[in-house]
Amino acid sequence: MFDYNFHWRPVLKSFPDLIQAGFVTLEIASLAMLLGIVIGLCLALMRINMKGPLKWFAVTWIEIARNTPALFQLFFFGFGLGAFGINLSPFTIILTGLSFNCAGYLAENFRGGFQAIPVMQINSARCLGMNSWQAYTRIVIPQVLRIVYYPITNQMVWAVLMSSLGMLVGFKELSGETQFFASKTFRVFEYFAVAAVIYYVIVKIVLGASRLLAMRLFRY
Amino acid sequence: MIQIRDLHKHFGDLHVLKGINLDVSKGEVLSIIGSSGSGKSTLLYCINGLEAIQQGTVHINGTDVHAKNTDINKLRQKLGMVFQQWNSFPHLTTLENVALAPRIVKGKSKEEALELAAKQLKHVGLGDKLKNYPVSLSGGQQQRLAIARALAMEPEYMLFDEATSALDPEKVGEVLDTMRLLAEEGMTMICVTHEMGFAREVSDRVAYFHEGIMEEIGPPQQIFEDAQSEHTRKFLMNVR
Amino acid sequence: MQEPVSFFTGFNPNDLWFLGEAALKTLWISILSITIGSVMGCVFGWVLHESKSVAGIILAPILDVFRSVPLLIQLVLFYNFAPMVGLDLNPFLSGVVILTFYTASLVTNVARGGIESVETSMRRASRSLGLTYWQDLFHVVLPIGGRTVFPAWIGVVLGVMKDSALVSVLGYVELLKASQILITRTQEPLLILSIAGAFYFALSYPISLYASKFEKRWAK
Repeated sequence: MFDYNFHWRPVLKSFPDLIQAGFVTLEIASLAMLLGIVIGLCLALMRINMKGPLKWFAVTWIEIARNTPALFQLFFFGFGLGAFGINLSPFTIILTGLSFNCAGYLAENFRGGFQAIPVMQINSARCLGMNSWQAYTRIVIPQVLRIVYYPITNQMVWAVLMSSLGMLVGFKELSGETQFFASKTFRVFEYFAVAAVIYYVIVKIVLGASRLLAMRLFRY
Repeated sequence: MIQIRDLHKHFGDLHVLKGINLDVSKGEVLSIIGSSGSGKSTLLYCINGLEAIQQGTVHINGTDVHAKNTDINKLRQKLGMVFQQWNSFPHLTTLENVALAPRIVKGKSKEEALELAAKQLKHVGLGDKLKNYPVSLSGGQQQRLAIARALAMEPEYMLFDEATSALDPEKVGEVLDTMRLLAEEGMTMICVTHEMGFAREVSDRVAYFHEGIMEEIGPPQQIFEDAQSEHTRKFLMNVR
Repeated sequence: MQEPVSFFTGFNPNDLWFLGEAALKTLWISILSITIGSVMGCVFGWVLHESKSVAGIILAPILDVFRSVPLLIQLVLFYNFAPMVGLDLNPFLSGVVILTFYTASLVTNVARGGIESVETSMRRASRSLGLTYWQDLFHVVLPIGGRTVFPAWIGVVLGVMKDSALVSVLGYVELLKASQILITRTQEPLLILSIAGAFYFALSYPISLYASKFEKRWAK
């Protein structure tokens, strides 16, 4: 019944390349998260504080990002924009796609965080003579960051996992590289099994680092 | 001094303050009593500009609080405010809670601000809690922290909005003692309160609010023993 | 005069049917996997809650793998693994198997959270009224805990529905694969992607709206 012969040798030979690709995965996920956090914060503030077109812009972004598949969004930045004559490189496609998606999800986390801060916190800050910028940056945002810290960590794990879609738009992160070797050697199972292990390790490293950082950041 | 002239405040259709006239001079302790919904807390919010007003004026040391060209952040430094809920900043230690505003609002150096904060915290009896985060403090301690935080801005006036109402009964005393201490030191205070004992013993004057109108104002003895208004007498009978 | 043979033909009404059918396939594979996966997840969640012993020690890390390796990799691995053990699975069945386990691993956490959200005092009260362990579980824990984690479960459902787009890599013609095929033929990426996006949005948005309304109602 089980008559498959595993061939691990080619995988071992290209292992350094796969590890290298693992770093690319981590890199693209971190970049997408960085952009996602900045944009997500803006979208959340726009959705909470603005009226009219700016608010609807934020709402549209957030709802499309959350209610369509990430792969669909990648395709859109891939050949959807091609219709306008805009042809992005695989790297740009995966980065814009992931950032677009992360920003939408993070915006909703931020919104929840802002809404969890009692208005009286702002009032007391204002009563001490702080202006609204000071009250926001010194009192509100530090507390919001604490609330959204674990959701952000989860989103980072998601970004790592989602970056595997790079394989489908021709970008050589871990999955793309794996696919490349697999199709060259026809050892699909072996290569993807090793990739799975590397992904698992990356995710554990991200979670561990986040826990360590939390211990340093939050003493209350 | 604080001068309030013909102050009207509406929340939509609700007429909360119906023409208040009141002067509070330097060094005075004024207690405001009355049932809930009588507009006493709203008055404090109008004094420090947290709420807009629809008619009348509030002047602090001659500056119009609600005028467009008034720098409200600057003016608020003269007014310390303590709320019913203590609103400690949970992400900062007690010391940082107190030191933050002097540093970023008044531009004091970090050392100066920390020294001032430590002094104020000792003043309200929290000298041994400088490094604690608010979560580890009781309600009474957090309320005293709020008082120290307001005092660190070296205000000329202190406004207390039912500062003891949200506390467990056994914690009320320590906060009232702190307020008493401030009164003895000559701080100008407006206290919205349900503590009749405090109003009677500590205040120079007591005002009774009823449905948005200041029914009666006078020395504690007069209000508590010889009230002129029917409403005041009824209220005092009920709270006793 | 012969008409020039064109490889590309424009978008016609029949293609809309094609997309509609593909949307139904997306719906079908999602419903199947979510239903089985949720039942499994509830059982696993209960096992993890009840026994800190052998079952938990074995089960928890296995489920963790499904959450720490990209779904794309899981699909490719399983699709290539099945024939080795003599299973002849078509893309649809492979997709269902992996999506089911994936759903189960996510629902396990939700279910465990639900059980743990019911306070011990409440369970003691129901037991002291004479309810058996199973009666307590089905008549007290399920309705109360279920209500608490319902929005989280909806989150999983919508996630799996969108992730089902990845089964397209195995060649299963669901909504996203169908639009890819049409794009190749018609060369009208923007139009077709918009239609596909609208389909996904129409499937997902009403449910997410309902979930957030539900959450607000019970938060009061």
